[in-house]
Amino acid sequence: MPNGLFVTLSEDHTAPIVAVNLWYHVGSANEPAGRTGFAHLFEHMLFQGSADVGSNEHFELVQRAGGTLNGSTWLERTNYFETVPSNQLELALWLEANRMGYLLPAMTQQKLDTQRDVVMNERRWSMDNQPYGSWMEKLPALCFPDEHPFHHSLMGSMEDLTAASLDDVKQFFATYYTPDNAVLSIAGDFDPAEARRLVERHFGPIPRGRGKPPLPDMSLAPTFGQWRREVVPDEIMLPRLFLAFRSPAFGTPEYYPASVCGAVLGLRNGSRLRRELVRERQVAADASAFTYDLAKGADLLVTDVTVRPGIAAEQLEQEVAYEIDRVVRDGIEPAEVERAIAVIQTSFVSAMQEAGERADRLSMFATYFGDPGLVNDEVDRYRAVTTDQVNEFVQERLGENNRASLLYVPRDDAPGELAGAGAAAEAE
Amino acid sequence: MTTAASGALPRPAPASRRDFHFPRFERRQLANGVEVIVAPVRKLPLVTAALLIDAGAVCDPVGREGTAQLVAKLMLEGTSAFGGAELTERFEQLGATIDAQADWDAAAITMTVLAEHLPAAFELLAQVLRTPAFRPREVERIKAERVAELLQLRAEPRGLADELFSRFLYTPASRYARPEGGDEASVDVIEREHLLAFYETRYLPGATTVVLAGDIDPDRATDLARRTLGDWAGGTPERIVSDDRPGRDGRAVHIIEKADAPQSELRIGHVGLPRNHPDFFPVNVMNAILGGLFNSRINLNLREVHGYTYGAFSGFSWRRQAGPFAVSTAVKSDITGAAAQEILTEIDRIRTTAVAPEELSLATSYLDGVFPIRFETTSSIAAALSVLVFYQLPDDYYDRYRERIRAITAEQILAAAQHHLHPDALQMVVVGDAAAVRPSLETLGFGRANIYDATGRPVA
Repeated sequence: MPNGLFVTLSEDHTAPIVAVNLWYHVGSANEPAGRTGFAHLFEHMLFQGSADVGSNEHFELVQRAGGTLNGSTWLERTNYFETVPSNQLELALWLEANRMGYLLPAMTQQKLDTQRDVVMNERRWSMDNQPYGSWMEKLPALCFPDEHPFHHSLMGSMEDLTAASLDDVKQFFATYYTPDNAVLSIAGDFDPAEARRLVERHFGPIPRGRGKPPLPDMSLAPTFGQWRREVVPDEIMLPRLFLAFRSPAFGTPEYYPASVCGAVLGLRNGSRLRRELVRERQVAADASAFTYDLAKGADLLVTDVTVRPGIAAEQLEQEVAYEIDRVVRDGIEPAEVERAIAVIQTSFVSAMQEAGERADRLSMFATYFGDPGLVNDEVDRYRAVTTDQVNEFVQERLGENNRASLLYVPRDDAPGELAGAGAAAEAE
Repeated sequence: MTTAASGALPRPAPASRRDFHFPRFERRQLANGVEVIVAPVRKLPLVTAALLIDAGAVCDPVGREGTAQLVAKLMLEGTSAFGGAELTERFEQLGATIDAQADWDAAAITMTVLAEHLPAAFELLAQVLRTPAFRPREVERIKAERVAELLQLRAEPRGLADELFSRFLYTPASRYARPEGGDEASVDVIEREHLLAFYETRYLPGATTVVLAGDIDPDRATDLARRTLGDWAGGTPERIVSDDRPGRDGRAVHIIEKADAPQSELRIGHVGLPRNHPDFFPVNVMNAILGGLFNSRINLNLREVHGYTYGAFSGFSWRRQAGPFAVSTAVKSDITGAAAQEILTEIDRIRTTAVAPEELSLATSYLDGVFPIRFETTSSIAAALSVLVFYQLPDDYYDRYRERIRAITAEQILAAAQHHLHPDALQMVVVGDAAAVRPSLETLGFGRANIYDATGRPVA
């Protein structure tokens, strides 16, 4: 659109449902120093009403319309979405346009104070009072350099959350919540001409922003250059190891072999780690692997293994390392790659059944790469991955010079030696 | 329509609503008693196949609680033809994602696969159902994984609160008083022979329903079921009914000590009512208003007015017999008593005065309007059909669902709240810092607090 809003429409009339999905290209990576957690706190404020929408009315109007809704904040983006009966499309667009164009009149100190309390409780609930909960901020902190935008906590420190002011809300809104920094996707049961008309009607008058400060250079060396280690004593019963590898940024040609490698290692029961550590050697109670899917600079591939009772933390780290070393030494078999791609494909097709998922992927590819159509290439890009490519990735990225381990140990029996090693690593 | 204060356009009115009906489905029966339900849904080339067996946790033998879940999990750990690793490999080479579990009322083995691979994958699935091996090594491993889960629970406030809430709710004679997956003592004494015996007496054709939803037609689906399960011999087991009586008269508060916890995990509730109770619809709408929706009374009060929590919800756990009714939240330690008081006030309030018309219409228009969104995927359609099977609901249940929701009145909600919320029987469970939360909790009319450790053992 002339004001810079990127709009994607995807029709499907199988059910009278339509999904509206907005991605703002701002996440925790954009937070200024001293304001960790602000992008997420701000997401909460977007549900507190706007010029024509009362506090709590956003949820109320969507649910009264028979819709589902939410929002989420990630390192690189914040999204807002609702799936509604198709006859309520205009309401969803009106609500999103009203808060994109006319949020500030509704912002008050009291709303900010309440949402700050809510977010602090979210932090306690998801991290501080949850076994292993701190991994969400410790792992990026361990894997990205101090000054890198992915280093700091998405949830934010209590101190920074306390410092956030109404002025910050105004600044952040003016800088990032503008049509030219957003992508709007509509998927499901609608008439395209009508949808275009509605989008123009509601979003057209919202003025373009004045630009946002550029992110610093986010590029990173392909490997950590060392084996980083941190030991975390926690209120837990069983040790658990997050072992991360720096990997190619989401969406690059090199990303797909990395993603397949992650699936070979830890996607579902037939994966390497589950087969070897859980089923065969029985040293783990659970094992999985995932990628962060970061599109800027570098991504992370993470394996996540919890021990069986009776196995010590040191042995856990050795067992996982042994398995990874074996992959590096002997390589991955074609059958493992085939299994991984087959499971990825089914999961992808499964996800595409939901209008909300389709709209979200369209927004993602449009936000990161300016091309929502890339979603149609996903299956082909995965299917084109060869065993050789996966093994190339293994050689380049799974070696000892590219590992970061975050090892959780029960607080009561944290051995002095391990705790000491952790302190040393942190001091580096 | 409201006038726009901002110069933005006024709030739009909805267009006319397009019809929607729950996917048509057909029921067939094989000669051996296996029932087949097929819902053809041709959106994407995908099929979800679910095998439902009347072998839920309520069927566990006394003293060997956890048997049903171990059996369900072991179904995927090897057949007479294939070891566990090979079986998994065969499913996943077809891209089939498969899970097996047992809840209170049934065991379910659920698989989603691309339609082109359904015949091969379903053949394996049938093999899983008919020839599980229960190899000793896998039995020991799956038992050990349950023990690990139980150990983890001790440090996990949410799961711990849920688990102990059930224990304090029901009479010790009730299966519901013990964890769905069994506890250390019961899992420890389960041997391979017990699992085999459970399988042989519960996993029978007359207790099995095959649900297929997705890109498949009923005739082909039935052929597939007949070819793979038609010669499976066996009868029909008797239906097991769990004791669902409460464990005590009157209110009580139970604190599970977690020293220095920054938050208290709070559960407040009592024994609810069975799924097939005639008041299901009014109770459901009542709960939506009380604590089911984001804009429910409890969530708005605790989260948006007081900022006490990230979220607070109420819910009835629907089972064949009466499952728990619980209000669940996590609140900052120092306001635990105040938060609990707000919950008690809300429970009293919905029993005293009729809900406002706009509260009622919010709940009913949400439940009515969201209906099509609940059935976008083959797995959600299969799950909805499973509910018909578990609770023997009529075939037109989903076709009539929306009109029944819309028909609920404020008087019915008041009556539902008065009949089915029992302030005098509330049990309160708090996982948190006992020293910090006890004084305020003891002012709520629940008597002296009972204190326990993370295993549920009373502490002096």
